[in-house]
Amino acid sequence: MDKKAKQKIAFIAFRVLSLLVVGILFWILGFIIYNGIGVINWEFLTTAPEDGMTAGGIFPAIVGTCCLIVGSIISAFPIGLLSGIYISEYAGNGRIVKFIRIMTNNLGSIPSIVFGLFGMALFVNTFKFGDSIIAGSFTLGLLILPLIIRTTEEALKAIPFSYRTGSLALGASKLQTIVRMILPMAFPNIMTGLILAIGRVSGETAPILFTVAAYFLPKLPSGIFDQVMALPYHLYVIATSGTDIESSRPIAYGTALVLIIIILLINLLATVLRRYFGKKVKTN
Amino acid sequence: MKQLRRITERFVQGILTLSGSITSLAILLIVIFLFKEGFGLFQNSEIEKGYVLCLHISNPVERIHSKQVKAIFDSEITNWQDLGGKNEEIKLFRFEEIFSIYPEEEMGEDYALLPQKLGEVIEQNPSIIAFLPERYLPAKNKSVKTLPTNNVDLLDFFGGKEWMPTSTPAPQFGTLPLILGTLWVSIFAILIALPLGLGVAIYMSELANERIRKWLKPTIELLAGIPSVVYGFFGLAMLVPLIQNTLHLQVGETALTGSLILAIMALPTIITIAEDAMRNTPQAMREASLALGATHWQTIYNVIIPYAASGITAAVVLGIGRAIGETMAVLMVTGNAAVMPHSLFEPVRTIPATIAAELGEAPMGGTHYQSLFLLGCILFIINMIINISAEMISKNQPSRGM
Repeated sequence: MDKKAKQKIAFIAFRVLSLLVVGILFWILGFIIYNGIGVINWEFLTTAPEDGMTAGGIFPAIVGTCCLIVGSIISAFPIGLLSGIYISEYAGNGRIVKFIRIMTNNLGSIPSIVFGLFGMALFVNTFKFGDSIIAGSFTLGLLILPLIIRTTEEALKAIPFSYRTGSLALGASKLQTIVRMILPMAFPNIMTGLILAIGRVSGETAPILFTVAAYFLPKLPSGIFDQVMALPYHLYVIATSGTDIESSRPIAYGTALVLIIIILLINLLATVLRRYFGKKVKTN
Repeated sequence: MKQLRRITERFVQGILTLSGSITSLAILLIVIFLFKEGFGLFQNSEIEKGYVLCLHISNPVERIHSKQVKAIFDSEITNWQDLGGKNEEIKLFRFEEIFSIYPEEEMGEDYALLPQKLGEVIEQNPSIIAFLPERYLPAKNKSVKTLPTNNVDLLDFFGGKEWMPTSTPAPQFGTLPLILGTLWVSIFAILIALPLGLGVAIYMSELANERIRKWLKPTIELLAGIPSVVYGFFGLAMLVPLIQNTLHLQVGETALTGSLILAIMALPTIITIAEDAMRNTPQAMREASLALGATHWQTIYNVIIPYAASGITAAVVLGIGRAIGETMAVLMVTGNAAVMPHSLFEPVRTIPATIAAELGEAPMGGTHYQSLFLLGCILFIINMIINISAEMISKNQPSRGM
């Protein structure tokens, strides 16, 4: 076979494979949107589950997931931000920063169920928080910490070095340069990391299984030591453990669709932020 | 004023340095807590806590392995000869049976006479094996022999073929079926995902124009962003019936279903890393190959892929890592049967799925609880090995400026 023909076959194959992968994504999204769109309405989003989760809505799970998002961001974002600043601006390029980077990468790749085990051993049992929002938030916070550190570091590294030297040459101290100059410029990209972290938190199930998630709670949490329901765990529960699958399936589709919508919005926001502000920094 | 500012700078720098060490601290804590709980298992007795096994004094058997204990109580071993004893049928005696021999009134106050009665039962049956609570042990009776209890053995943990952590009197902590199940599902997932992911990576890095890339990249990111529980639900509601019907299986929850879902989930990792590696090929090398008369495909095949080989290998390794650690999706679609995997069309169970499914029911501090933490340690170690090897492999990747 002549080489042109070979090339043609190979390239067609790659196009088909790419189409296939995009097709898989649309298959999954389409399947859930098609089955779930009829379920979602105002009542579904604002009422509690009824009749052994075969009727009613998912309001407590939405509230619970919001609590976990806020809690984990509060516990992870400040320290992640500081850590990112340290790695990018203070640590230099020596052994220490290499070690920190390896540790951050490792923490980021630990399976989420291991976080669940750890959260249970430390926060639930050793600190005696019990199954609570605070235990779940700390566990999830640990999970998103590497993501926040990495995006902060990259955002800071993207600021040209001349900006720093310029600021220092005008007599500003290092801290002033970072607070007034570098951080505001890197802000959009840091926000992108934060948004991606929110996406991660809203979808994770394994870390909250044993630290916060409740099977069914009709009332809303009143403090940080309460258990909550959460969207991903709720989806898991109604998809696997119901006896009446016929009537609980629509609710599962609806819950999955709500999760998908959150993820779609978050990805859209992150992409837009990156494109819009990515350009702005360059043209400045 | 100037001094105050300098002090502030120092102070802030100190705080920043401290927070720089947060991830190392977190990993240290994870290691301590995981391993402390997990390795406690080896300090615990093989048979249920607070219980002992007693034989008649005339029985020559001195030690019974926990596997054999389980086989005896499952009536798989019925003769003492199999354990090196006399040719006698084994008589099983569980503690509760005492109440069908002696009425409860005869036990005295606070069951004070219970040990004595138990002793009598053992005395009368030379071929007995009795499973008793330690506090009712008939210690005074000379014809009762207590079997020494061994601690859970490391070899049994990694080599045992039975995972039955709640069986009484001898729970079985053989993790081999779980480890093999995990590898089985993950490796098959990568076999599916590799050609697909490599194809897309080549397309994105070499063929697609800027506009298509701009669309394809967020699409892949979206694929990575979908929560695993949604993948699991999709697998459960769509793939499970599909596989069951097309392959005419009894159940659709099989290793194959898990592999398919994991393959989809590992795709973004493989595509992103492999594409990065290929894009790093210096323009000069491509041009040199093209100038020598090679077609674009020959250039990709003979220049770019070999150049990016270590990056692609790292992508595969990290993809396997992603698949091994995945919990929810696998839990929902693989059927969770803790047996040695034989074929792709049967249910299997993975390590993460086992932890997720059983930790809720395991009493805190018990052997079951500890064994699940030990499984967590195994996951943690596998993950470390995968990360380090990926790191070492990608170090071989020549850097751009050559």
